[in-house]
Amino acid sequence: MKNMPPETTPFFARDRDMHPPAYTPWYKTTVLRSPQRALISLEGTISEITGPVFGHNIINEFDNDLLANYAKPGEGPIGERILVHGRVLDERGIGVGGTLVEFWQANAGGRYRHKKETYLAPLDPNFGGFGRTITDENGFYWFKTVRPGAYPWPNGVNDWRPAHIHFSIFGHGFAQRLITQMYFEGDPMIWKCPIVKTIPDEEAIKQLIAPLDMNATIPHDMRAYKFDIVLRGRRSTLFENRMEGN
Amino acid sequence: MVQPLGYLKETASQTAGPYVHIGCTPNFTGIHGVYEADLGSGSMINDQTRGERITIRGHVYDGAGTALKDALIEIWQADADGLYNSPSEIRGKADPNFFGWARCPGDMATGEFVFETIKPGRVPFRDGRLMAPHVNFWIVARGINIGLNTRMYFSDEEAANAEDPILSRIEHRVRVPTLIGKRDGDTVTFDIHLQGENETIFFDV
Ligand SMILES: [Fe+2]
Repeated sequence: MKNMPPETTPFFARDRDMHPPAYTPWYKTTVLRSPQRALISLEGTISEITGPVFGHNIINEFDNDLLANYAKPGEGPIGERILVHGRVLDERGIGVGGTLVEFWQANAGGRYRHKKETYLAPLDPNFGGFGRTITDENGFYWFKTVRPGAYPWPNGVNDWRPAHIHFSIFGHGFAQRLITQMYFEGDPMIWKCPIVKTIPDEEAIKQLIAPLDMNATIPHDMRAYKFDIVLRGRRSTLFENRMEGN
Repeated sequence: MVQPLGYLKETASQTAGPYVHIGCTPNFTGIHGVYEADLGSGSMINDQTRGERITIRGHVYDGAGTALKDALIEIWQADADGLYNSPSEIRGKADPNFFGWARCPGDMATGEFVFETIKPGRVPFRDGRLMAPHVNFWIVARGINIGLNTRMYFSDEEAANAEDPILSRIEHRVRVPTLIGKRDGDTVTFDIHLQGENETIFFDV
């Protein structure tokens, strides 16, 4: 919230049981890219408590409209039009306002606009597949896009990613930095995915599945999916220093 | 029964995947016209930035010794006086000409990352002791399930490193050099090893 003083307290310890471990051999690329030694614990110093904050000056008008930000005038991408909306919160349930959220995805056919991508589904000339926004003072965000397609990837001989959207979130401190993926309610591919299965906790997986939100659906235009993102909470000032103003 | 604590759980991390560049550095991957420039790209300094100019260079290596060509590296550091450009910095006002955060994708051919920056000042540990100058690193890539946090200290800061509260708590002294960027003139080389004999120390921050 705008009028709240900046918070300067350390973050709650990360509950690593809710996150994928580094080494998950069924997702083959992790085998050689996973640190083997224990992480060294470092209770939040000022280096982790602080973090960059981006101003609205970096955001262009159509950055949160993937239906428009790459399309030729008067045209638009092929696919199911959707609105993705939600709130960035911390573990205390407090909205994380004014934070940058970036997102990227495949097009409706499951193809990414990337030099190294070779899937035979065609590129969509009107779809870039990425955008960004800054949450409002209560942590809310939204963007418009098309529902991405599932796509095959070289891991097992017949592995497919469920439809998903990648998210990058900054939060207010560098220790809150997070990259994750959003999945779609009802997609049978979710529970077959080796990358989803890197997460050991079923509830943590469910927390990545965005439900269809008919209340936010725009009649005759686009259906909505709601995706809340929870970042690490931070300790109350109460237990750190003397309370200010009391 | 007891009352529920009522805390939410942090959203689980998922790998940044092979196409992280689309979302984070689209111009780098050849998609122009949506963002003017990639966020956090280019030099971190301008003419008015205070501090000693340095260039940080390095690679991220996998357990087979191969440089990753699809990693994304972000750094976060204090200004020359040891102040962070962040609302949570309440010790003073950081250099307005230094944002302190940057992002660099590893080069697609060589995997090298480069940051044009300044050497940070010392910032205090929680008990008030000064930490040695350091740059905070965050590394994501395909095959990395959750972003990796580490720090780069400086080889030309032997005295400060010796009294640094983080470095001095590391039990296996043989691993400490994995956190030290090697300074040679204006260049500081910092290679990150995800695995193997020289595995970099990563932190649970
Ligand atoms: Fe993907």
